[in-house]
Amino acid sequence: MSLDTTYQGRNFRSVGTRPLRPDGVDKVTGRARYGADFNMPGQLVARILRSPHAHARIVRIDTSRAEALKGVKAVVTAADLPDLTEGDQGLFNTLENCMARTEVLYDGHAVAAVAAIDARVAKQALKLIEVEYEVLPHVTDVDMAARPDAPKANGTAPNIAKQTEFGHGDVDAGFARADVIVERSFLTEQTHQGYIEPHACVASCNSDGTAEMWVCTQGHFVYRQTCASLLGLDVSKLRVTSSEIGGGFGGKTHVWAEPVALALSRKAGRPVKLVMSREEVFRASGPTSATSIDVKIGATKDGRITAATAHLRYSNGPYADGWAEMGAMTSFACYDLENVKTVGSEILVNRPKVAAYRAPSAPMAAFAVESAVDELAQKLGIDPVEFRIQNAASEGTRSSYGPVYGPIGIGPTLEAAKAHDHMKAPLGPNQGRGMACGFWFNFGGQTCTDLNINADGTVTLAVGTVDVGGSRASLSLIAAEELGIDYKDVKAVVADTATLGYNDMTDGSRGTFSSSMATISAARNAIEVMRQRAALIWDIPVEDIDWEDGHAVARGENYGNLPPLSVADIAAEAGTTGGPIAGHSEIVADGAGVSFATHICDVEVDPETGSTRIKRYTVIQDAGKAVHPSYVEGQYQGGAAQGIGWALNEEYVYGEDGRLQNPGFLDYRIPVCSDLPMIDTQILEIPNPNHPYGVRGVGETSIVPPLAAIANAISNAVGVRMTHIPMSPPRILAALDREKAG
Amino acid sequence: MRYERPATIEDVTALLASGGEKSFVLAGGTDLLVRMKNDAFEADLIVDIKAIEGMSDVTRTADGFEIGAAVPCAALGENAELSRVWPGVVEAANLIGSTQIQGRCTISGNLCNASPAADSVPAMVAAGALARIAGPDGRRTVPVQDIPQGPGKTSLRKGEFIEAIVLPDPGPRSGDAYLRFIPRTEMDIAVVGVGVQLTLAEDGSIASARVALGAVGPKVIEATEAAETIIGTRLDQPALDALAAVCSEVSTPIADKRGTVDFRKQVVGVLAARAAKIAYQRAGED
Repeated sequence: MSLDTTYQGRNFRSVGTRPLRPDGVDKVTGRARYGADFNMPGQLVARILRSPHAHARIVRIDTSRAEALKGVKAVVTAADLPDLTEGDQGLFNTLENCMARTEVLYDGHAVAAVAAIDARVAKQALKLIEVEYEVLPHVTDVDMAARPDAPKANGTAPNIAKQTEFGHGDVDAGFARADVIVERSFLTEQTHQGYIEPHACVASCNSDGTAEMWVCTQGHFVYRQTCASLLGLDVSKLRVTSSEIGGGFGGKTHVWAEPVALALSRKAGRPVKLVMSREEVFRASGPTSATSIDVKIGATKDGRITAATAHLRYSNGPYADGWAEMGAMTSFACYDLENVKTVGSEILVNRPKVAAYRAPSAPMAAFAVESAVDELAQKLGIDPVEFRIQNAASEGTRSSYGPVYGPIGIGPTLEAAKAHDHMKAPLGPNQGRGMACGFWFNFGGQTCTDLNINADGTVTLAVGTVDVGGSRASLSLIAAEELGIDYKDVKAVVADTATLGYNDMTDGSRGTFSSSMATISAARNAIEVMRQRAALIWDIPVEDIDWEDGHAVARGENYGNLPPLSVADIAAEAGTTGGPIAGHSEIVADGAGVSFATHICDVEVDPETGSTRIKRYTVIQDAGKAVHPSYVEGQYQGGAAQGIGWALNEEYVYGEDGRLQNPGFLDYRIPVCSDLPMIDTQILEIPNPNHPYGVRGVGETSIVPPLAAIANAISNAVGVRMTHIPMSPPRILAALDREKAG
Repeated sequence: MRYERPATIEDVTALLASGGEKSFVLAGGTDLLVRMKNDAFEADLIVDIKAIEGMSDVTRTADGFEIGAAVPCAALGENAELSRVWPGVVEAANLIGSTQIQGRCTISGNLCNASPAADSVPAMVAAGALARIAGPDGRRTVPVQDIPQGPGKTSLRKGEFIEAIVLPDPGPRSGDAYLRFIPRTEMDIAVVGVGVQLTLAEDGSIASARVALGAVGPKVIEATEAAETIIGTRLDQPALDALAAVCSEVSTPIADKRGTVDFRKQVVGVLAARAAKIAYQRAGED
């Protein structure tokens, strides 16, 4: 039965409640199994040798001494991962990023790997691998790399790798009509997703040509696909099981060490465990881009924006498959603009290949645009919330990236901000308030789900989207809601790649959105089966049976004395009415509703040290429908917390030698608990018209406004416009000194 | 690698004297074990001093305190008498790492690790602390600032180790304070650190002062010229300004991933003035 996905509105019984998550007890007692918790008999330990150079040609690799070391079972280089990518440039980039081929392209680029009987031998073996490098000129800075005389980051490819443009109208004419124009340039430094769990996997290639992998990932089906392609395996022969995940934020949507672990296992003929160290995570896995952004916005005296442009340069690492396009698309998505143009440029640098990071590219674009919007409101003497309300997009607005909006939440989040206590609270000395808006697309994608009715009437829900933020709880609520049963009678699991059809990975805030759609569909299919079974039990036409509150109910006067049949009643008769009862669903979840948020932030800046403390923080965001409000709030708070770290302290620091100087949590400063206030949240529910329950993705939008909200708050506190993220104490103090010096 | 856990100081010095180049004393291990796990080196010999009697004690003597080399920093905070007499030293010790780290780490270890950014060292220097050293040729006692010689380098000779830190009684009308600058609120490493100790004359003016600066040079700086700017004053604004200016002037920081030269020079003066105010207030209450 195909699913009617139109929002229907209903009085929810389970959805919107806050039960404990099914994975909670295991996680707080340490019983939950993360990537590094899986072990196999006879497994080997893998270690990777990484480049100490930002850019160099590999003249020679000699692994013979390492191979001769007692206890070493396999050594691999690029030669053991032959190029099977058949002209697929993206796949080739992934392959080369996993193991350098002719050149190393950044500090930390893998050049060889060993599998040995234990970590001590593996580490010893790395020291015995001889690599001769011819050091090449490198470039790590995004603006330097964009200059015509810059060293090429990767072969002969131009550093300005790809350019995309969006917009409509005539911006020149728009600026000509403006009474006030703000034009500024902004910089943001490179940050890492900062997940607590490093990448980890166990790979086991069998002698019959099949292979298995247990791995920490946001998308085991995607890992299977990529690894099978790179290793030359049939997809069916590689079975991938995802572990619990200690954070991903986009960084676990890409393979890094997994193909290497498989190659080692294939060569050694034994299972291989590969766990990256924190240093390796920083040097060689998924940071997001550093950026350099020019913004220009003009408005009339009465506060109407007449034109807006942005040129956004995103550093990519050495490959032309970054995320600048997303920045160009999201820049002005909050506003209703007659004339708008954005250009996104991908810039190659000798830094790690960038990966998705929670609403990839949008936070930096929002920082630049929302800072300029704030300054424009100040120049016009209009309240920043009012100015945004006046220019906000609404239903029917043609967005700056093309599509025409349906019902959206930007206006309501701004009105909620205007009415919020936070906006009226008094500020102390050295304190400032800022606010900013943010947008994210959200995504749906391919989704497959099984819902099995067990013999006792309880339900097992098998989903293929990895649970990164409480989705098993949310999907159990959805199944309970649709079937009309209790939450406690549903058990959701994440199935492995051999037991369920293909699922896209958990990205684009799609986990709960798409799998809830598939769960509703599977539940409706199961209900259909149960109605048929009830018809057999009662021996009446199925058309005369309704499904109400978890029971088959015979309709009409004729069957008045038939007591309703519960799920358990029907399940008990499964053996005599046609066998096991299940509902399945295979969908492409279209219609992920776009998501908007408005954040308000109070800071206090020590004018003598440049130190900033976040005093108060409020997130207001549209959830469509909050399935499990606690986990929606958790997403709002988590995005704000990551944004606070990004805004204030987090940054990759590279030396002149092109080497990363702070690959660890001591000098790459994510916030600690005492750095953060309790982050207040307000959930708005503007139903997504394309989801039966009105659900929108909620995972990513919350990281989009913080950089700008905090920058606006600090700028208001110190009276100097901050244009460089992170706003670390030395940067703030230097800005204050420059201002004093005039 | 050899691990020993001797019962006497003589055994420690004998082991260290005969050990190879990579011989280390283990007390809390919060620097040593982390470096070993990070593959910074492979140790030849580790001598654990925690089994030695008295090494984990804080002793009140006739003229001060003796803090055994294995006393964890958390124990300093739990010692009411020490916290009353030397609040700045105790605060500095309890800024190191996290609560868990403070349960293991020691001020002797903090000193011997010889990091320019060590939190307890400027506080100890300001307090006039002494390091009692045991070695194959007997004992000697030196001011703590004589121990670090530069990042990771100490003046300890082959076979020597610090058995205790001695904090002398400061006398009446005294107070001390330590402040550091970190970008976060905790779990961080000093970008700048300042220790100040003051003793007041009966009329409330500053009779003597010591100022020590951390993380603004290759080793802790005892800023005698800075201390002189406030002696004889009641810490009025001109005195504070002069203190800040001299602290900035005598600092010789580097620019690195934690901060620029300008930032460190500026903030060291700010913190010196703030720490002096706290020490002055404490001295007035003493």
